[in-house]
Amino acid sequence: MSDLNTAMIEKYRSSFLKEVEANVEEGEWVKMCMQCGVCSGSCPLGKHWDHPPQELFMMIRANKRDEVLGTDSMWMCTSCYNCIARCPRGLPITHIMHGLAVYSKRLGLVQKKQPTAEFSQIFWDNLMKKGRVNELKLGLSMYFKDGFGQGIKNAMANQKLGQNMMKAKRMNAMEFFGGHSVKDLSGFQKMVKKAQEIEEGNLKDAK
Amino acid sequence: MAKIELSFYPGCSSQKGATSSNYLVSAQTMCEELDIQLNEIPDWNCCGASIGYGGGGELPRLALSARNIALSEEHNSGQEIVATCAACWLSTREAKERLHEDEQMFKDANAALSEAGLKYQGEANVRHMVEVLVEDIGFDGIKSKVKKPLEGLKIAGYVGCQTNRPFGIAGESFENPKYLDNIVEAVGADSIPTYEKKVQCCGGALAFSEPEKSQEMIKGIIEAAYDNGADMIVTPCPLCQANVEIYQDNINETYGTKFNMPVVYYSTLMSVAFGRSAKDAALDGQVIPAKKLEEIASK
Ligand code: SF4
Ligand code: SF4
Ligand code: SF4
Ligand code: SF4
Repeated sequence: MSDLNTAMIEKYRSSFLKEVEANVEEGEWVKMCMQCGVCSGSCPLGKHWDHPPQELFMMIRANKRDEVLGTDSMWMCTSCYNCIARCPRGLPITHIMHGLAVYSKRLGLVQKKQPTAEFSQIFWDNLMKKGRVNELKLGLSMYFKDGFGQGIKNAMANQKLGQNMMKAKRMNAMEFFGGHSVKDLSGFQKMVKKAQEIEEGNLKDAK
Repeated sequence: MAKIELSFYPGCSSQKGATSSNYLVSAQTMCEELDIQLNEIPDWNCCGASIGYGGGGELPRLALSARNIALSEEHNSGQEIVATCAACWLSTREAKERLHEDEQMFKDANAALSEAGLKYQGEANVRHMVEVLVEDIGFDGIKSKVKKPLEGLKIAGYVGCQTNRPFGIAGESFENPKYLDNIVEAVGADSIPTYEKKVQCCGGALAFSEPEKSQEMIKGIIEAAYDNGADMIVTPCPLCQANVEIYQDNINETYGTKFNMPVVYYSTLMSVAFGRSAKDAALDGQVIPAKKLEEIASK
């Protein structure tokens, strides 16, 4: 268990709701949920959520910290915004789901090999390198995330797709050797670093 | 019509050799015909899309869009920012709203931006290209430019999620938006108002991390188009376009279907209807060729 997680348990012993309000993106909205269930009926991948949004909000208020931070339900969010468009109370549900997912990740509680958690990090790392996403490397790192053997298997399974995309000039093998980039890369990276420092600082202060 | 000048945010996926490079080509053609000038935001960066949240958290993610807006305010001052990618538009507009509502976040974002010598004000309007078409050009304006009506084509308008929610197009419903059908009609083709999957999610970025789960949804989107007698699907979103077009082989293999449904952009339709060549309409960028459009373009 990470130190940060231990510290947070210590600090918010009596109220997981307060912990969420203080540390999760848009977490201060959770208490506004009136449990109508509209959001839960709106998730496109609904049947794959162990706990759909409305249930997660209930569990937060019932202090079910381990269950909430330990589930991979939030990673089933496709960012479709159905819920936000429909919630009668105007909760920014999509962002709360993202926020819960990120918080559980920062505390080291994400299930190993959760594919969307991995993809999301690979995506971010990829874009940090050049300021723009390199789709070819993004695809390759995703295929090879579970090691070389599995990577070859994944790549072979999608070989035809790749060839189709190259034929349509919508994938470029040369991207592997560089690819698109922002010009002021150092300024870009300094900016993101600073933003990360501020955000991590806020989390530490909460400790 | 007076020339419209816009500060253009193309996004990574539209770059040369990337998945929606064909969108960019056709959008540029469309804009030429409509007298819209696109001034690219100099040195723009990726917006982090929706999936960036897992690695980026909140402030670093917002800073990405703040940088683009700041660059636009500095170099394309006074112009509205317009994006062709739904996710680009959404992230940029969302960042603007969050920074507007949250004073601390505004200060923090500017502290980060100052590392790159930039300053964020957040005054520029952030719009989707479709808004420009619907609100500034209008369906009649589109119609008046048509040289080759797309007669006889039946086209399913697949709006998807993020062009439609949470912001959507003013005056349109989230559950049953009509503007894409209206564009289809304006270029002389037949729309399918009963296409029930028009706002169904395709899985977005999860098409990559959860392929089986997403492909099951994509299957429904294509099936419904066939059931409604569509010749092709049209969409305003690059990720929708890619997800619905390129996995059809995989879906056929898994489910024993025989899908071969072209998926094009509204800008593809308009480029062809405005009388431009197959190349200018980026029809060579189709993984599943849109033969009926090729025929019209070569006439
Ligand atoms: S739709 Fe809104 S109010 Fe209803 S359960 Fe979901 S979050 Fe709560
Ligand atoms: S945005 Fe996420 S939480 Fe909201 S309905 Fe879509 S999948 Fe569910
Ligand atoms: S949405 Fe996609 S393409 Fe658009 S900038 Fe962001 S990551 Fe790049
Ligand atoms: S339909 Fe798919 S790609 Fe298009 S906006 Fe929704 S999730 Fe994104």
